[in-house]
Amino acid sequence: MNTRARWGKRATFIVGAILAIIYVFPFFLVFVNSIKLKYDILANPLSIPFSITWDNYQQAFTKMNYFRALTNSLVITIFSVSLLIIFSSMLAYYLSRTKSKPSKYIFLILVASMIVPFQALMIPFMARFAPLVSYNNRGALIFFYIGFGTALSTFLYHGFISTIPTEIDEAASIDGASDLVAFWKIIFPMMRPITATVAIINALWIWNDFLLPRLVLDEASQTLPLSTYLFYGQYSVEYGQAMAGLALAVIPIVIFYLILQKQFISGISQGAVK
Amino acid sequence: MILLKEEKGVQVISARKTKKFLKFAGIPLVIFTIVLIVPFVNGVYYTFTDWDGFEVTKLVGFENYADSFVDPKFWVTLRFTALFVVVSLVLVNVVAFGLALIVTSKLRSKNFLRTFFFVPNLIGGVVLGVIWQFIFNSAIVSLANKYDWEFFKQSWLQDTNKAFWALIIVTVWQSSGYMMIVYITGLVSIENDVLEASQIDGASPLRTLFLIKIPLMAQAFTIALFLTLRSGFMAYDVNVALTDGGPYRTTELISLHIFQDAFLEGDFGTGQSKAVIMFLVVALAALVQVTISKRYEVQR
Repeated sequence: MNTRARWGKRATFIVGAILAIIYVFPFFLVFVNSIKLKYDILANPLSIPFSITWDNYQQAFTKMNYFRALTNSLVITIFSVSLLIIFSSMLAYYLSRTKSKPSKYIFLILVASMIVPFQALMIPFMARFAPLVSYNNRGALIFFYIGFGTALSTFLYHGFISTIPTEIDEAASIDGASDLVAFWKIIFPMMRPITATVAIINALWIWNDFLLPRLVLDEASQTLPLSTYLFYGQYSVEYGQAMAGLALAVIPIVIFYLILQKQFISGISQGAVK
Repeated sequence: MILLKEEKGVQVISARKTKKFLKFAGIPLVIFTIVLIVPFVNGVYYTFTDWDGFEVTKLVGFENYADSFVDPKFWVTLRFTALFVVVSLVLVNVVAFGLALIVTSKLRSKNFLRTFFFVPNLIGGVVLGVIWQFIFNSAIVSLANKYDWEFFKQSWLQDTNKAFWALIIVTVWQSSGYMMIVYITGLVSIENDVLEASQIDGASPLRTLFLIKIPLMAQAFTIALFLTLRSGFMAYDVNVALTDGGPYRTTELISLHIFQDAFLEGDFGTGQSKAVIMFLVVALAALVQVTISKRYEVQR
């Protein structure tokens, strides 16, 4: 390698490293201040802690009802994503294998619906579904997520299924498998990569969603983003506690990401290109 | 007789077909229709009536739309949103493309860097917004007072113009990691022999970038531009957490504006017509963008 190329590489590394520091700096700031005393934060938010206190975490944990919010987020995300995978993979399989006009139109409507912003139907939506929401608001939210997530998930599955040869379906039906059995035992396991993509994209969306839960959920069902927002609003002058609350909101997803990093990146890139 | 038999056969097949349709497509299509199609159609219909959130007594034609356009605050929002969409679209994509170039270079630390750039994307806009609210309102202000930086002494979030840039900074920081992934996919899809050929022909890295790489990965630009356009128009979380529209409703993006109109002021009719206007603008902008970008895609 010549000198010029080596300098180019060095410069790229330096720019990359500086940017990486900028990208994680806000999180660093949150963690550092979450273990400081209020006085130290006010004196200098950038300094490292002089005396470490975990009291902020204890306070934030109880005040934002952390455990309840985490459970709510987990329950809502897991149920919505699983049901979305089940329903949209079956729908996509049906639409892709039956080459009829109605199937084509249904698919077109699904694709077109992805351009509709939620805000465009939020008002009649809330008026119409108020009774359902007051009956069981976590259940209602899961129901809504299935409705809003179906289009994109079906679209992703649809693209993948067309790469699976129809001979496989035919072989299964000659062997006497019913269509449901053939789908779940043979086709669905073949779609593992796209199922991972669908799961990651939907899980990130639902875990972090704010507007719909804000409209739908009552206090006992609050998810993590919602309870973090409300907690921060109430305790923003208690800097240490507010920072501890934010750190608690960030930790679960970052751990999850570090474990499943490869799947995250490949999932997102597959989802985006389709 | 033969004819009858055939008819029966057709009936059996169509009955089996209907059964299969219900088994595989029934539930998701019903939920999709209830959750999305019905409220959408309903919403468009309501804009032509005197709907107050509960009942409709008469049709009013285009009155709600006229009211929307007379509202000076709506114009403030439209201007603010248009500016936000354009500036964030350009900056997010420039930064994201730069990041993608860095992490697809021959650096040994590239995977490590990629991990870092993607992190803000994992966390929802509200939590990110609140983190930055602390940075703009407290951290920067306290440092500015300590070291006497005039420009930062008053929180950026209390000034309409500076708050705009605060929104842009947070948006670029949040979404560039995601778009970086889209561009990485585009960059790695370019065949190596094309790049080698250009190297042998003596093309400089800059020429290779603009004349070979970018045209060959135009599809990635179509996708990334579409996604940033859409998310720009729909931005809500960061807006709420950072400024909540303040000072005096001058930093309201269209989403928040509709939310405030409907759920705080109870203006369901005009709120909904603004929502329909938003839908039309998003659909039109996306259509124009995709048609233009498609023209630059190279057929391979």
